[in-house]
Parts: sequence; C-alpha cells; structure tokens
Amino acid sequence: MASSHSNGSSRRFKVPRGPRGDRKHTRKVSMAGIYQRAIKDAFVKLDPRTVVKNPVMFIVWMGTIVTAAVTINPNLFGLVPGDESNERWFNGLITLILFLTVLFANFAEAVAEGRGKAQADSLRSTRSDTTARKVLADGTVQEVSSTALRRGDLVKVVAGEMIPADGEVTEGMASVDESAITGESAPVLKQPGTDIASSVTGGTRIISDQLMLRITADPGQGFIDRMIALVEGAERTKTPNEIALTVLLAVLTQVFLIVVATMPPLASYVQSPTTVAILISLLVALIPTTIGGLLSAIGIAGMDRVAQFNVIATSGRAVEACGDVSTLVLDKTGTITLGNRLADEFIPVNGHSMPEVATAALAASVFDTTPEGRSIVQLAEKLGATLSFDQTKAEGIEFSARTRMSGTDLPDGEEVRKGAVDAIRGFVRSRGGNTPPELDAAYERVSKLGGTPLGLCRGNDLYGVIYLKDIVKPGLRERFDQLRRMGVRTIMLTGDNRITASVIAQEAGVDDFIAEATPENKIEVIRSEQAKGRLVAMTGDGTNDAPALAQANVGVAMNSGTQAAKEAANMVDLDSDPTKLIDLVTIGKQLLITRGALTTFSIANDIAKYFAIIPTIFAAAGIGALNVMGLKSPQSAVLSALIYNALIIPALIPLALKGVQFRPLTADQLLQRNILIYGVGGVVAPFVAIKLIDLLLPLA
Amino acid sequence: MSLTVEATKAIRSTLVLWVLVALIYPLLMIVIGQVVFPYQANGSLLKNAQGQVVGSALIGQPFGSDRYFNSRPSTTSYSTADPKKDEAGILKTGVSGASNLAPSNPALLERIQGVTDPDPSKSIEGDLPRLKAAGIQPTADLVYTSGSSLDPHITPAAASAQIARVAKTRRLQPNQLADLIAQNTDGRFLGIFGEPGVNVLKLNLALDALKPAS
Amino acid sequence: MLQGWIQIALTILIVVAITPFLGEYMARVYLGKPTVLDSVLNPLERSLLTLMGVRSRSEMTGWQYARALLFSNLAMSVLLALILFGQGWLPFNPTGLSSPSWDTNLHTIISFITNTNQQHYSGETTYGYFAQFAGLGFMFFVSAGTGLAVGIAFIRGLTGKPLGNFYVDLTQSITRILLPISIVGAIIFMVAGMPETLAGPVVVPTLEDPNISQAIALGPVAHFEIVKELGENGGGFYAINSAHPFENPNGLTNLIEIISMMAIPASLIYTYGAIAENRKQAWLVYGMVMVIFVGFVVITEIGEANGNAAVNALLGSPSPNLEGKEVRFGWAQSALYTVVTTGTMTGAVNSLIDSYMPTGGFVTLSNLFLQIIWGGQGTGTAYLFAYLILAVFATGLMVGRTPEFLGRKIEKREVVLASFLLLLVHPLFVLIPSAITLGFPDQLAGISNPGFHGLGQVVYEYASATANNGSGWEGLADSQPAPTGLWWNLSASVSLLGGRYIPIICLLLLADGMSRKQPVPMTVGTLRTDTVLFTGITAGVVLIMGALTFFPVLALSPIAEAFQLAKGG
Repeated sequence: MASSHSNGSSRRFKVPRGPRGDRKHTRKVSMAGIYQRAIKDAFVKLDPRTVVKNPVMFIVWMGTIVTAAVTINPNLFGLVPGDESNERWFNGLITLILFLTVLFANFAEAVAEGRGKAQADSLRSTRSDTTARKVLADGTVQEVSSTALRRGDLVKVVAGEMIPADGEVTEGMASVDESAITGESAPVLKQPGTDIASSVTGGTRIISDQLMLRITADPGQGFIDRMIALVEGAERTKTPNEIALTVLLAVLTQVFLIVVATMPPLASYVQSPTTVAILISLLVALIPTTIGGLLSAIGIAGMDRVAQFNVIATSGRAVEACGDVSTLVLDKTGTITLGNRLADEFIPVNGHSMPEVATAALAASVFDTTPEGRSIVQLAEKLGATLSFDQTKAEGIEFSARTRMSGTDLPDGEEVRKGAVDAIRGFVRSRGGNTPPELDAAYERVSKLGGTPLGLCRGNDLYGVIYLKDIVKPGLRERFDQLRRMGVRTIMLTGDNRITASVIAQEAGVDDFIAEATPENKIEVIRSEQAKGRLVAMTGDGTNDAPALAQANVGVAMNSGTQAAKEAANMVDLDSDPTKLIDLVTIGKQLLITRGALTTFSIANDIAKYFAIIPTIFAAAGIGALNVMGLKSPQSAVLSALIYNALIIPALIPLALKGVQFRPLTADQLLQRNILIYGVGGVVAPFVAIKLIDLLLPLA
Repeated sequence: MSLTVEATKAIRSTLVLWVLVALIYPLLMIVIGQVVFPYQANGSLLKNAQGQVVGSALIGQPFGSDRYFNSRPSTTSYSTADPKKDEAGILKTGVSGASNLAPSNPALLERIQGVTDPDPSKSIEGDLPRLKAAGIQPTADLVYTSGSSLDPHITPAAASAQIARVAKTRRLQPNQLADLIAQNTDGRFLGIFGEPGVNVLKLNLALDALKPAS
Repeated sequence: MLQGWIQIALTILIVVAITPFLGEYMARVYLGKPTVLDSVLNPLERSLLTLMGVRSRSEMTGWQYARALLFSNLAMSVLLALILFGQGWLPFNPTGLSSPSWDTNLHTIISFITNTNQQHYSGETTYGYFAQFAGLGFMFFVSAGTGLAVGIAFIRGLTGKPLGNFYVDLTQSITRILLPISIVGAIIFMVAGMPETLAGPVVVPTLEDPNISQAIALGPVAHFEIVKELGENGGGFYAINSAHPFENPNGLTNLIEIISMMAIPASLIYTYGAIAENRKQAWLVYGMVMVIFVGFVVITEIGEANGNAAVNALLGSPSPNLEGKEVRFGWAQSALYTVVTTGTMTGAVNSLIDSYMPTGGFVTLSNLFLQIIWGGQGTGTAYLFAYLILAVFATGLMVGRTPEFLGRKIEKREVVLASFLLLLVHPLFVLIPSAITLGFPDQLAGISNPGFHGLGQVVYEYASATANNGSGWEGLADSQPAPTGLWWNLSASVSLLGGRYIPIICLLLLADGMSRKQPVPMTVGTLRTDTVLFTGITAGVVLIMGALTFFPVLALSPIAEAFQLAKGG
C-alpha cells in the first residue's frame, strides 16, 4: 500500500506556511465593539433566570437584594445599634459593591462570548439568501431561493455565483474561493469523483467555470450554520471538568452558607452580635466568586482560542479532551513529512545504463500528474532523457491500490511500469523475467536513507530503482520533544516498509510507528491505545478515515476533506493543516490549567478575607489582635474585602480570556510553578490588596 | 439479595460475633485474672495486720489532718460518704468525677484562693489559704483537683512540703519521713514514662506503723 | 521539662517503629496472604462464617457492601438495646442497677454502634457489668471492625481492586487484628494492676476517719480497657475513663494505651502503601499527618506545661496546669494522651479536656474538625485519601489534564462524594445543631463554663459526635437527669448517625466508582501524587478547607479565650 496513501494525500495537504508564530489568525474582530456589546449584555444577564445557572453568582445576587432591603430599612431584621444614617450609607455601599460583583462576572462572560458573536455575525453575512438554479428531474432548470433547497437536489452554479448550500460536485470543474470560511484567498480547484476536491461549502463563491452539485445539507444544517452556532456558543454545554468544578464550588458555597447562617446565635452567645449586611458581606467574600464569575468565560475563551487557530470544535468537551490526549496518531505523509516526495536518484540494475533508466522513467511517468510523477519527469529530463514515442498514441495506466503501480502502455505495446518494488517484481515475473539480486541491494539502500524506493521496469526487464526522497518538515523534532515532555506519545502511521518507516520515525523523533499501514490500521491503533487507557487524537480527511475519526477522542478533520470525515470528527481544521493537532493539545491543556489556577487562587484568597473580616466584626470578643493587616475599622475592613472581591474579577478577565501561559514542562514542574503563582500568590496577594484598599478608603 | 436473606445474615453474624467477643473473650480473661493475677484482678486491695481491707493501692483516700500527709483536693472526696447519710448512694456503686472547670472560669480561681462573703453559703474556704494556714508551701497538685478525683498520688515536692508538719504532729524525725516518702514513691515506667508520685495511702499506712521517735 | 519531651518523643518513635510491621501484617490479612496465626484462625473463621450463613466470600459492590454494613449494624444495635433496656433482669449486675432513661439508652446505643462512645452517663452508676462487657464491649469489637472494613474496602477500591465482602472483612478484622492484640494487651493490663472481676464494689472505712467509708468500684476492666483503646472506641468503664486509676494505673498502662490508640490508624496508612504497592506515598502521607500531629502535640504541651498564669501568680511559681490531671501522668503524658485520643477518634481521656488551656481547646477542636490526624478506625485513613482526591482535583487541573489519582480520573461523581463527605457533613451536623443549641442557651445548652469556653463546650459536643470521637468538654450538662439531658441525647444522636453513616456510604460509593474506572497509564504529563510537593499541597488543602469552615468557631472560642486569659481576665 506504500504509495496509495501518499499519492492520494499529496494533493490534499498544503505545506505549512513557515513557523507557527507566523501563521495568520483569521478574522480579527474589533475589540472595541465587543466591549460595548459586552457592557450591554452584562446588564441583560442580570435576569435572575440567567443568573440562577451560576449558583455562586446567584447567591451574590440574592445577597444584593437583601442588602438593598437593609439599606432602605437598616432595622428590618431587628434593631441595629448605632447611627441609622451611617448604617444606611454603609449598607448602601455594600449593596453597590455586590451589584458590581455580579455585573463584573456577567461582563466577563459577555466579553468571552463577544468575539464568537462577532465572528458569527461575519459568517452570517455570507449566508444571505441567494437564488439557485435547481435542475429538475426532466433536465429543466428552475430558479429557487437557496433556502428552498433540500438534500439530494441538483443545482447548477456558474462563475461569479455564490454556492447556495453544501454539496458534492457531480459534473464540471471550477475554481472556488473559500476564503469566507478558511480565510485563505487562493482559490481551490473542485471537480467530481475525488474524495476531497468534490465537496463544496455553501457560502463560498465560484470564480471560474461552472459546476453541477448535489446538495448534501438541508437549510439551516449546512456547515456554515453549524459553524455559526458553534462560535456563538449557542450549543455550549458544560464540559465534564467544568461540571465537576461547579460541583466543588457549589459545595463550598453551601459550606459557607451554613457557616454564615449559623453565626448569629454563636456571636450573640459571646455578646458580639453582628448585622445582616455584614454577614452577607462575609458570605460573599468567602464563596468562590472569583472562579465562579470567570468559569464560563474561561470555557468560552478556550473554544475561541481554538477558533482563532482556524479550527472549529464541535464541543468544549473536545477542546478539554485535547489536554488529556496522551497519544497522537499522525499520518506520515503531509503531517510529518512534506506531502511531496521528490525523485532524487535513479539506481540502474540489470546492467542498464543511467540514460536508459532515465528514458524508461520518463516514459513511465509521462501521464503521472502527481508531484512524485512530476519530479521523476524533471529528474529524467535533467539527465537528458527525451520522449521516444508519440504520447498521444500511448496510454497512461493509473495507479490503483490493487496493483500498486502505474505506468504507460507504449504505442509499440511495450508496458513501462513503476511502483512498489514488490509489485514491480511480481509484474516482471508474471511477464517471464527475473529479478537480479542488485535490486534488493538498491531497495535496501534507499530504504535505509529513509526514502521510498520505486521499482521501474519495461516489460519483463527490470531497469532500476527510483529513489523518492521524503523530507521531514522542519522543526517537528523539537515539537515532538515538547510533546514528550508533556507526556504525549506520538505514533506515526505510514504505508512505507519498516526500514523506511523506522528511518523517518527516527529522523522526525516520533515515539512509535506503524509501517505498511492501511487506513484500516488507524482504527486498530486507536482502539489498542484506548484499551490501555490513553486518550487518542488523530487527523483525517478521507471517507475511509471517518470511522477512525469517530473512534478517536479528538478527531480533527481537514476542511478539505470529505463530508463524511467532517461529520465524524469533533473538530474541523479550516486550514487543513494536520500538524495543528499539536497546537490543539497545548490549547486544551491551557484551558484546564487556567481553570485550575483560578480555582486555586480563588480559594486561597479566602484566608486573607477571613483575616480581614472576622477579627474586626468580632472585635467585641477581644480577638482584635488577629487583625494582622491592621485595618482601620470594621466598616473599612468589610468594604475593603468586598471591593477587592469585586475588582479581582475584571482584573483577571484578561487572564481568563488569554489563558495561563503554557510551558511545555512535566506535570511536576507545572504544578510547582502554578502552585507558587496561584496558590501561594493567592494567599499573599489579597493581604496586600485589601490593606491598600483600606488605606485608600476615606473612612474612619 | 432479598431483604430476608440480608437480615438473616446480619442477625446471625451479630449473634456469632457476640458469643465470641462478648462472652468467650471476657469470661476467659476473667478466669485468667482470677487464677493468675488474683491480687490485681480484685483491685489491688491493701489489708492491715488483722486482714481487714483498708483500701486499694491504686485508689487515693481523703487526708486533710495534720497527722497525715494530705492528698489532693477531690471533687468526690475520693468516692467516700458517711454510711449513715449516703442519700446519693455513693457507697452503693462508687463514683469518680472531675471539676471540669475551664481555666477561664472564675470559679476555678475562687476555689483556689477562696471567697470571703458575709453570707456563709457563698463563702469558699479555698485550697490556698487552707494550705498556707497549715504551713504547707503550696504546689500545683495540691491546689488543682485531680482528673479522677481518686488520684492516689501527690508529687514528691508536695510530700516534702508536708514533712515538717507531719513530723511535728507525730514527733518524728524529718529524715525518717523522707525515707518513708522515698519508699512509697511510684517511679516512672522504665524510668522514662509517666511522672513519679507518692502514694499517699500507702505512705500514711506506713506512717501509722511507725513508732514515734521520742 | 526536658524529661517530658523525651517521653513524648520516645512514645511517638515506638509508634513509628510498629507501623511497618503492623501495616504489612494488616495488608497480608486483607489481601488473603498467609499470616502467622493461620493454623488456628483459618478453621475458626471458616466455622464462624458458616455459622453466620456467609457461604461464599463473593465480592460486593459498593451498595451491597453498604447494605450489608447497615443491616448488620442495625442488628447489633437491636441486640445492644435488648441488653441495655433489660439490664434489670440480666445477670452480673452486683450493684443492682436498673435501666436508665430511654433517651440515655438510645444515645448510648447510637454512640457505641458508631464507634464514637460519647457517654452521657457515668459508667459506675448506670450500667452493670453484663451491660458493659456483653453489651458495650461487644460494640467495641464490631464497631471498630466495621470501621476497619470500610477503610480496607476503600483502599481496595482506590487501588482498582474489588471492594471485598463485608462479613469476611468484619470477621477478619476481629479475629486477626482486634482480638489477638486484645488478649495479649488484657493480660499485660492485669499484670499492671487493672481489675478483672465480677465482684461488686468494696466498701472500706477510710484511714483518716473510720466513720467515713470509701467505695472502691471494681469490675472486669482489663479486657475492656485494651479494646477500648485499640478499637478507638473510648467508652470508659468508669465515669472518668482512663483518668481512673483502675483504667490506667501507671506509666506502663498509659504508654500502652497511647500506642494502642495510634497503632491501627497509623499502620493502616502503611497498609495502603503495601496494597497500592507505593510505600513511598504511604510514608509521605504518614509524614504529613505526623508533622501536623507533632505540631498539635507541641502546641498543647506548651500550653499545659506553662499552666494557668492566674493560678501561677497565686502559687508564686511557674507550674503546669494540673486541673483535671493525675499526678502519675503529669502535663506531658496527659497532653500527649489528649492529642492522640482526639486525633484518633478514640475519645478516651486520662485528663479532663474541659480544664485544658485554650491551646489544648484549639488543638482538640481542630483534631475533630480535620478527622485525619490519624483519624478514626479505618475511616480516618479513608478520609485521608479522600482528602488526597480532593487535593488532586483542586490543584491537579493546573498541570493541564483532567485530574487523576492512582491513574483513575477524578470526575463529577468523585468530586460530589469527596467534597460532600469531607466538607459538608461537618457544617451540617456540627454548626447547625450548635447554632440551634446556642440560640437557646438557657433551655438547651447546659453550659458549665461561661463565655467563650462555653461556646466551645457546645460546638465540641457536636463535633465529637459527628467525628465519632466521643470525648467531651465534660462540664456540659449533657446527661440525664439534667434538664438539658434529653435535648443533648437526641440532638447528639442525629450528629452521631449523620457523621458515621453518610460518610461511610460516600466512601464506599467513591471506592466502588474508582475501582471500576479504567486506569490511565502514568506519563510525565500525569500529576504524581507521591511527591513531597503534592503531599505538601494536600496538607495545605486539608488545613485551608478545615480552617475555612471552622475559623469563626475557633476564633470565637479557644482563640478568644486565649486572648481573654492573656488579658488576665
């Protein structure tokens, strides 16, 4: 199967454009517009029906209502000692801060959603209704609205028109501008038959010639519609980790509810009573508002970061799973090596001279339009070979997976063939020829260089071996090293023989490889890795990749791939760049780290808040010495803690959106680093900040 | 598994284990105790020359007079009562107990230093004034009540502090008493674990057995 | 002073020295490997299990295990009820005691079946010998065995093994661990001076005043005492527990009692290591507990050794606080015993905690709140590893993977169960009833020490019930016939049950779920939980989670009391 896969895929994959950092992130949207809209949305989200979905913020919202009530009447829950107007003023401030806390949390979520919404808007603009030429069963053409098209309809599109819906090319050949989805301005050639080039997407524009399409998606279910829904977050469901974290936050919230609710009788018993407003302040300060307010923003931003890489994830779950991936299954061709193998050398055998071999190679490749074929022609011509027959009278023999060779039937009836060495050997034998031992030597030499040997024969006469050189993409070794340090194994799949595969594997630095693999092997590899408890990510594009994409925990389909592949996958890469899998792992990890870091930070903050509030409000119990920050007064202490509590949410929005900077370190190193920053930092930072706020507050 | 099967298993295992650990084990231990260690198993009882039981080597008794080395203050007066006026039934079962006074409880200081009040029912004698009146240099164990209220010991320092008083009353040589104290001091286990304590009952029994010096 | 610290250090060293041997032995027992007593115990266990009707030693699921546990505990409680309510008709009751009030019996039954042994009664004056050795003594074994079974089932589940069979685990815990050690211990205790008799009290005229008589309460104490400590039960034969000279006559018995309390929970951590084949992690976790434990010991010891400043001023010399302490134990062995008994959920006392300095109050309360400073029989170790799971979840995301413990993913179910049992049970069953009781201090509380300390008395009583410890700040009027006795008997019973069976069910379900998960292979990207770093983080999580829930209570009771004493008032 050696060349079957490579021949096919060489056309599918684009060469990545230089180092990752240079890669464009498409569809930059204006942040100013996003902020404006987010501010508006922050207020819309105050609707209790929305807030109730976030238990932590719901408690704050309820608290705001109660403090508002005691602002109006401070003695609502029993007579409060002290000056009433002072009390009212204090309660009013608490109410304001609590209200802002909810607002800030809403704002964080709205900002995170904003980018997706803007992106959705620009996508929506491409979806405007167009008129389509529907071809009826009797061959007549009827003009209908694109929204009236159904699965299975035939339509005709001509240059300059918008493709009305997702479809499959049945006739014609045309170039299509897909920049609306991919951001890639170079047009793509579409033609029927081939797996890949035959699928078109609604909303893209045909710029030359015309096509006949069979519609594959009903209105509203096309690729762009799904993309809009995804980037907008309409279908966003909580991911497993997010759910588990929400549970922990809910339990902590309940704990603090009990702690605060049981406090009045305890405080009264030791003659140190306190007010409802202060108790609510303490509750809000203690419940994990920071992470509670940012949790959904982190999740949305994670999906958005994926989108910025031009990858559409069907669910947050898939993004999260990226972080957990421990095995990457990668195709050699196009992913690890440059798609195009180039002919590097001819090795004559059987006593043939170099010009003879070059001439035969030229003859065998003249109908081969693949890059490999082109490179053989080029090499042969460079060696001075010329065509010795009338090309129009000769017949090209296409490569097939069964024969594993291609070639030309010459006008004189001679058969020139090139292909897998085994296949050529068999061909020669079947024609009554025999294979010289030099063939094996040449075969091995090429294999050991990591190249692909192609046999070349004319009838029963073996001419030699063509050395196709594989080129490992630059910079991959370092990236695989990084992955290894993060605990991710890489497995290379290739149709090449073992020797070639092992050489490439070593050169690229992958952990393991499967040689002489068929597409069906992919699913076996994935299953066996999963049986060992590993999460597997893979890329694919062909229809025969679909089962494996579905089986993998993270399946990334190339946008250039077939509809079947895109449907089976849980992510679609609009750039059709298989190496992007590596970035996705990083993004997934970053998402989880950000969530963990802010949770740790949020909980660690509580220590300082306790030390700010408890000693001051229970000063009557003689525990004023615990006021280690030396806060001015109970009122100032409570307000400082609450202001810190509110402000930390917007302060951390950038971190939540950008994600904690990810470094390819081992788990232990990461833990050490992050616990220092977010754990220890989370204990220390609020002590400093609350003290500062206390100093700045113009209170006695 | 059906409810009946489950319940039957639960009941049967309860009964089987009960016979093993609540009948066989204790009765076996009681037999071993009575046969092999009858002295300890029956309460380490001390007998006088007439063979009458006078107390237990492990349980303290109240001593407040100047003829004896005084024991620690006790909340139950060492499980004693006047047999004629034992309404509480203390002598029926024996009791133990403690003050449970917190260090922050004013009643603790009142008990130690005493309270003088015109109303005699509110007046408290106080351990400290009592000791000072008796000419005993107070030590912590003599003003704090014990845990069990049956503490058989006082610290060697508390015993030494009482030598002069007892020697004077009984007209004995102080060094004779110091020897007695040393003889009746229970040391630490292996010289390491626990604190040395002077067994007051044994000391006072030994005291009674002494002939006056003069 | 120095002598005291040496005793403490040596005692702890002995426990550490025992750990690997007892830990390895328990691992062998529960893994069904050959052990020394096989020739005697194999046939004995076979016949016991046959008599019980446990024919197959089939593995149970989490629910089946929990069901068997609940049914058997219910049956045992009914048997104890029959004995306690019927004690007027039962033998070996030389003082002719009749059954106490129904609520006292109810509280006692629940308290003993839950391995708590909170006692709202005085042993000498309430329960006769038969009720004690055949009723309460029975609970010593079966409640401890139940705890051990839970602990071992939890360890099995965590390490991916089937949970086991409850009846087999219960039986083996008794026949191979509790009973053999108890037989040896009882004999040593008899040698050391504990009574072991069915004869009634001895009444003697006192030496000083023959008109006054002393009653010396006797009883079958020695055999009762050893399993009281070993099984972390703590229910004293006498009112005053191990402060009573017959329950703890000297330095030897005191040493054995302390070691007995710590031996099983400490060694069980090692047993985990042996079963998980990760002894390094076991020692790390052990070290973490040890560091907190030693810290608590030091705090308590310093407080007691320095004594009460107000009293010292009267005495005119620096003296330890000996209120409620026995001379033979002094400050060092008393405070050590107290930290051990509250940390291990034994609840026996050799000195009265109510009379401790606020430092002791702080430590004893903290021990009850944390529940893992060695922790309860079996359950303490399970809590400890549940804390590890929580720490893995809370911080493990920071390495960029779904958190895993022992190669098993920590997901929603685990977080629900672990956070509920570790974080929510205590506030529910400690803070809420405390608030109710303190809301009506005159009608319900029966506080004996006023002010901040009194607040602690109430919270401590519920914390002790919920943590299944059983000790108390005993000045509290929690027993009949005090007017507050009924409230305490009933409300503490709720905390006892909630603090025992909800966590046990959570633990079993947690273990069950973990055992069914497909293990994920370890890579360098996996958070390693057997490192000093992670163990340190776990300690942080334990202390912060504990502190967050109970900081207000600690601040308003022992901390406020400490400031009050420091102010000299």
